[in-house]
Amino acid sequence: MNDITFELNHEQVTITADPSLRLLDVLRDRLHLTGAKEGCGEGECGACSVLINDQLANSCLVPLANVHKQRVTTIEGIATTKEGKLLQQAYSKEGAVQCGICTPGMMMASYALLKKHPHPTREQIQIGLSGNLCRCTGYNMIFRAIERAAKEGEGTW
Amino acid sequence: MNDISRSIPKLDSVPKAFGNERYVNDIRYENALYAKTLRSPHAKARILRRRYPELPAGYHIIDHTHVPGENVVNIIADDQPVFAADRVTYYQEPILLVIGPDKRVVLKLMKDIHIEYDIEVPQFEWTDSVVHYHFTKGNLAKVKEQADKVIRREYHSGYQEQLYIEPQGMIGYHDGKQVILEGSLQCPYYVKNALIRTLNCADDYVRVRQATVGGAFGGKEEFPSLIACQLAVAIEVIRKPIRLIYEREEDVESTTKRHPSHITMTAYVKDNEILGIQSEVGLDGGANIGLSGVVLSRALIATTGVYTIDHLDVTGDVYRTNTVPNGAFRGFGAPQMLFAVEMFMHHVAAELKVDALAFRQRYLAKQGDHTSTGGTFRDPIIMPEMLSRVLDESDYLNKRERYASPDSHRGIGMSWVLHGCGFTGSGEATHIKARVKLHKRTTDEVEILIAAVDMGQGVKTTMTKLVATILDVPMSQVIYDNPDTNFVPDSGPTVASRTMMIVGGLVARAARRLRDEWNAGEDQWIEERYVQPDYIKWDETTFHGDAYPAYSWGINIVEVEVDPATYEVTVLETWNIYDVGKAIDEQVILGQADGGQLQGLGLGYLEVMNHKQGVIQQRNVTDYIISTSVDTPPMHNYLMDNPYPLGPYGAKGAGELTLVGGAPAVALAIEQAIGKEIHEIPVTPERIMELMNDE
Repeated sequence: MNDITFELNHEQVTITADPSLRLLDVLRDRLHLTGAKEGCGEGECGACSVLINDQLANSCLVPLANVHKQRVTTIEGIATTKEGKLLQQAYSKEGAVQCGICTPGMMMASYALLKKHPHPTREQIQIGLSGNLCRCTGYNMIFRAIERAAKEGEGTW
Repeated sequence: MNDISRSIPKLDSVPKAFGNERYVNDIRYENALYAKTLRSPHAKARILRRRYPELPAGYHIIDHTHVPGENVVNIIADDQPVFAADRVTYYQEPILLVIGPDKRVVLKLMKDIHIEYDIEVPQFEWTDSVVHYHFTKGNLAKVKEQADKVIRREYHSGYQEQLYIEPQGMIGYHDGKQVILEGSLQCPYYVKNALIRTLNCADDYVRVRQATVGGAFGGKEEFPSLIACQLAVAIEVIRKPIRLIYEREEDVESTTKRHPSHITMTAYVKDNEILGIQSEVGLDGGANIGLSGVVLSRALIATTGVYTIDHLDVTGDVYRTNTVPNGAFRGFGAPQMLFAVEMFMHHVAAELKVDALAFRQRYLAKQGDHTSTGGTFRDPIIMPEMLSRVLDESDYLNKRERYASPDSHRGIGMSWVLHGCGFTGSGEATHIKARVKLHKRTTDEVEILIAAVDMGQGVKTTMTKLVATILDVPMSQVIYDNPDTNFVPDSGPTVASRTMMIVGGLVARAARRLRDEWNAGEDQWIEERYVQPDYIKWDETTFHGDAYPAYSWGINIVEVEVDPATYEVTVLETWNIYDVGKAIDEQVILGQADGGQLQGLGLGYLEVMNHKQGVIQQRNVTDYIISTSVDTPPMHNYLMDNPYPLGPYGAKGAGELTLVGGAPAVALAIEQAIGKEIHEIPVTPERIMELMNDE
């Protein structure tokens, strides 16, 4: 058991836990933030995506120890921001949400992508989402949602 | 009034986008116990002895001896035990649950369980037919004598895994009166009826609630009944909240998949005309029959696809093998059959040296034609108009000509498909007997009470929109919640592209009655029951009559490039047009079109799954490859209205239609790009290499 301290959605948290626990389990089971989902447990499907120091990461592969003194942002942290709302509205308008299990992870990947490329090309979008699997939508409506969020959020990203 | 097709944002898109929606794995009951399934390490064996470890306080092993009722999962055939008792018939068959508060202790206890097996020789060949169907149309024997040419081909398809991103799972507890289960499922009443049989209990002793479903595609049609029965037995014994949630590998290895198929088609031809067709269909059912017979019947009925052929002889078999049982997957037997038919029509045309497009047009079904089972296509068929539109949009004819040169390494393929909407035959009338209710509260809010599940396809939004539109009230005045069997009547399972056409049709009828009988401020209940139209006649023993009340139609055009060095296939672009009667929400249907097509393409060229000695070789998304954002082509989808008189606003089925043509369209495109006939999907680079080396 160790004390692990990190910044989570702009607040300091300290967890006393086995440092080898997966960040995903700590978020979901200890902190009750269930926006990150477990789809594959192998870092391939992206349903558990979070940001660590603004970089997209699969929280199912990250041991708790790795986020000590780092900055973690989850979908719950994005939801209250202007960018998060822009993205959500774009997802809704473009029909980019079906079953929704991949959607929080997709939102995180979209957020990270737009922060890096405020005016992304279609190819940059495809590459930016390539670590996030969706079995429902066929992706095209998600691509369009990101393009809409880029356009409507001109200057925000 | 606005056109009902005009899109609105989906009602659940905000909580889903922000991660606030509650899926089964997000539900927390205080002190819920963790459950893990112990499974068979053998494909076929007798269980001789079991040695269970001494259990610490608070830990339990639940097996077949605890089942109060029948140790069988109520599907169609009674061949799946809830827990294996004296034998196992497939690798990973569930034997027992280990349950307790600490996952680590449970996993350790699993290792201390010793089961002694007498290993038997498993069956993997397709020889043990457990379902056999045969039907005819016209008189094939007679036309065989007239034929001047016989053309025969064999087609093969592999497993396909639904790969919903949310693995299977269920959670439940006992509240002193009822066993209450909440889970990721498509068919609340399938689960409830299975529970009643396994627990041998009264109808009101079990309650099934649908948690928000993270993808299903047929994979959560019959399988959740197995998990539910196991969990309910455990809850009945332990009387505490328990979670039984699969991890990905466990899900992929042990749950139902699309049936691998072998299909042989033989055309009897005279003067370049097909007189009749014989088709022989084999499906690998896996260790248990389950729904396989129903899947087979849908495949067989689709035996001539969109074409009218007067003389047919159709046989089909489900073979039992010691492999994971196969089951429902979007399309339900039709994708395999339509792959075979579409390829075969092209292969026959090629062998006759006639233009494939003109050849197929000659046989395209018209209103009034007889179906493969001697029923009638009663409603207008607008395929010619659809064809003209999609040929224009895709520039198909020019591209087909341009890519005729093998140096182009490009190809364009086109499939024509139909999908029978709703249950096969008289299933709706004889088996399902759907009931729906509307409840108007004194607040004048209207509650939709149906068992249809939103698994991403938008039921919550489209049903609410349907009722609000008919009542001419704001959407916010209409309520649809995830079904709960304590409150909703049995409107049937969420399968077979039946939800909008059948259940929506009943809901629309109820809404119109409510509109007419509306009394502001009064509590009102309206119930509607399914009544089969008189003209639908079906004989399930002879496969004769109207197999479906209505058909949806589609055309898929797919353009590909094949790398001449690596044989890697890139899907460049697709154009698709659909007649779903009337879209209740255009964006919802277009979303089905995108997603269904990507799964159909996956079946055609990408998704490889196989078993070795009964062991599924692909266990996670690292080795079972599905399309990612990078593999996704631009898809141009078009809808054409062709209202079906009995559907709400003319709506027919849509969900499966969008998948069934993907595999033949991409296979035909690859066929043109490489200049070789294709008989097997998925068309992987390895398969293309074999074809290219096989001069």
